Amino acid sequence: MVGLHTSDIKNPVINWIDTRLPIFTMMQKEYGVFPTPKNFNYFWNFGALAMVNLMIMIVTGIFLAMNYNASTAGAFDSVERIMRDVNYGWLLRYVHANGASMFFIVVYIHMFRSLYYGSYKKPRELLWMIGVAILLLMMATAFMGYVLPWGQMSYWGATVITNLFSAIPLVGDSIVTLLWGGFSVDNPTLNRFFSLHYLLPFVIIGVVFLHIVALHVTGSNNPLGIDVKSSQDTLPFHPYYTVKDLFGMCIYLLVFASLVFFAPNYLGHADNYIPANPLVTPTHIVPEWYFLPFYAILRSVPSKLGGVILMFSSIAILFVLPWLDTSPVRSARFRPIYRWMMVAFVVDCVLLGEVGGRPPEGIWVVVGQLSTLYYFLHFLVLVPVVGKMEHPLPLPESISRPVLPSGGGPLPAGYAAKPMEKV
Amino acid sequence: MSVHRLAAVAALLTGFAAAPAFAQEIELPKQNWSFDGPFGTFDKAAAQRGFQIYKDVCSNCHSMKQVYYRNLSGIGLSDAQIKAIAATVDVPTIGDDGQPTERKGLPADHFKSPYPNERAARAAQNGALPPDQSVIEKAREGGADYIFALLTGYTDPPAGVKMGDGMNYNKYFPGHQIAMAAPLSDGRVDYIDGTKPTLEQEARDVTTFLAYVANPEMEERKRTGIRVVLFLAMLSGLTYVVKRQVWSDVDH
Ligand code: HEC
Ligand code: HEM
Repeated sequence: MVGLHTSDIKNPVINWIDTRLPIFTMMQKEYGVFPTPKNFNYFWNFGALAMVNLMIMIVTGIFLAMNYNASTAGAFDSVERIMRDVNYGWLLRYVHANGASMFFIVVYIHMFRSLYYGSYKKPRELLWMIGVAILLLMMATAFMGYVLPWGQMSYWGATVITNLFSAIPLVGDSIVTLLWGGFSVDNPTLNRFFSLHYLLPFVIIGVVFLHIVALHVTGSNNPLGIDVKSSQDTLPFHPYYTVKDLFGMCIYLLVFASLVFFAPNYLGHADNYIPANPLVTPTHIVPEWYFLPFYAILRSVPSKLGGVILMFSSIAILFVLPWLDTSPVRSARFRPIYRWMMVAFVVDCVLLGEVGGRPPEGIWVVVGQLSTLYYFLHFLVLVPVVGKMEHPLPLPESISRPVLPSGGGPLPAGYAAKPMEKV
Repeated sequence: MSVHRLAAVAALLTGFAAAPAFAQEIELPKQNWSFDGPFGTFDKAAAQRGFQIYKDVCSNCHSMKQVYYRNLSGIGLSDAQIKAIAATVDVPTIGDDGQPTERKGLPADHFKSPYPNERAARAAQNGALPPDQSVIEKAREGGADYIFALLTGYTDPPAGVKMGDGMNYNKYFPGHQIAMAAPLSDGRVDYIDGTKPTLEQEARDVTTFLAYVANPEMEERKRTGIRVVLFLAMLSGLTYVVKRQVWSDVDH
């Protein structure tokens, strides 16, 4: 099938390009007329917000990198120079630092949305797994980025986290040496972290692309969790969702701007304004807030290897979630038990975050262990068992059915109340 | 849809509840600062008095390496004043003959450090290191409130507390034993502007100055922030209206 693409674009220049490289046709198909369920709520804004956030991180990051000095002797001072002497350097740095926090807030909400509405279930398993891969990449990127200003938390956070790999039997120590580029966290470590911190966001772009390709194969899920039945259930993406995403973006930017301009260090840790010092250990070494739940899981068992395994399992388990969930119904709206399980799960994650931010002493040790236990209980026991036992509420016939003005009157008996077949 | 709302709130909480890393072990008295809040600015007179304290007292031990003399324009000093202040220090340089020599300081020079290096500082300070003060206000949990509390928190040790050699008791310092002797006291300096130099006044002024040097961009940042937030609020309203308009023909 060799030959030019037939394009209906009128503008001769764009038509010339489009017949040879149909990117305009593709954009029109995937973002212009793309049929999108008409019943999204505002939780469906967060994917687009994540995309915007990724772009903001890359743009501010590139300009920061122009003024950053990746050496143990110069890193801290170069960041201060950015804050003081580079034109709008303070804006670049505060946007980038708070942008990382915003990114995790957005993506965590995006993920809880997927959990609540069953977006990870067939046919979107791979889409979900690609999402988890994005989360892992984001975590690696954020971790290495936090090392770059070379403050006390940078240094000691890097030391603690890289040391975790030494728990791996046999090869652990070699892996750590490789990560460090030597025998302690030092100049070579900082250099390779900078290189990787610059690289990984572009890998994320690639994986996000796959994420979206997969999304456009299955189409989006929706708050009812039922499949699109006809064109009555959908709207063209543009202008309906472009304008809704735009409104969501304004609100997101409002929150973002309030942090950047009025409380730029609120989410940070004061110790990172002390230059790194290998001879002085801070009293409490804590990671950034978005890692705290995982940090709590890591510390919930007294064995280092055990903690590391648990921590990685807590994310690995998300990869197999589509097969752990036995319920045929997607949306928690129709799952009377699961919806409360979701509430409990969110509370559990908040609790884990609380524990991760405190020294492991007294009652917090027990709270940490219990909430870790509940985290795994949720996925390994409750999700599979409740999926089987629960009696889902009757599902609506279609997305447009319950809201069509003419849709009043009784539905054909036995039609509306049928739960989705298990597949 | 109470569950939905609950889930949304909880999801946001995941972000914020965990954020303030630690409760302070010792409760810090909350002070009112001119630079608090979205409209806060630096009290320039206080910051200038604070600079006098830094220059006369703190700079004998503490460096302030990130700060240039020219930055003093931010607390309202004139170019001529800054030139004169910079000219009071001698800066090492290489002369035309290639030999090390000294020249008068310029506004473009960094604040001169009291000690050439860390060892010299420790040697002079009984083994303790006075930390650099460029960003000290951001580098301590509690910020300005902590520094003010520290400077005014010296007392006699409670009965039974064994003090280390050359250590001083301070209510607010973690562990309560600090190597720095109380640097301020009533009448420690004679203020040029005639303000009565009480301990509280001095502590408040020098803290204001330290807050300025740690956040020289603050006034511009907040001013820009107000404009950005107002703009975004208007844009949000506008976009919302457009969104309603676009969606008006859809049953949903
Ligand atoms: C005689 C020398 C000396 C003078 C003068 C001095 N300091 Fe210090 N300062 C020190 C030393 C030494 C330390 C380290 C104390 C320690 O770690 O125990 C210190 C520590 C500090 C700290 C950090 C405390 C902490 O939480 O770690 C602050 C803040 C501070 N000084 C402020 C000031 C201010 C403000 C002034 C001027 C009003 C001042 N100092 C004058 C010697 C001095
Ligand atoms: C860089 C980070 C990410 C970006 C830019 C991104 C982007 C997007 C976009 C634009 C959408 C479509 C809009 C929407 O449904 O909200 C989407 C959907 C989706 N994302 Fe992500 N995403 C990211 C991370 C993640 C993560 C970490 C996960 C979960 C592990 C995830 C899971 C999903 C799922 C399951 C969908 C389909 C949702 C549905 O239609 O119901 N994403 N993503």
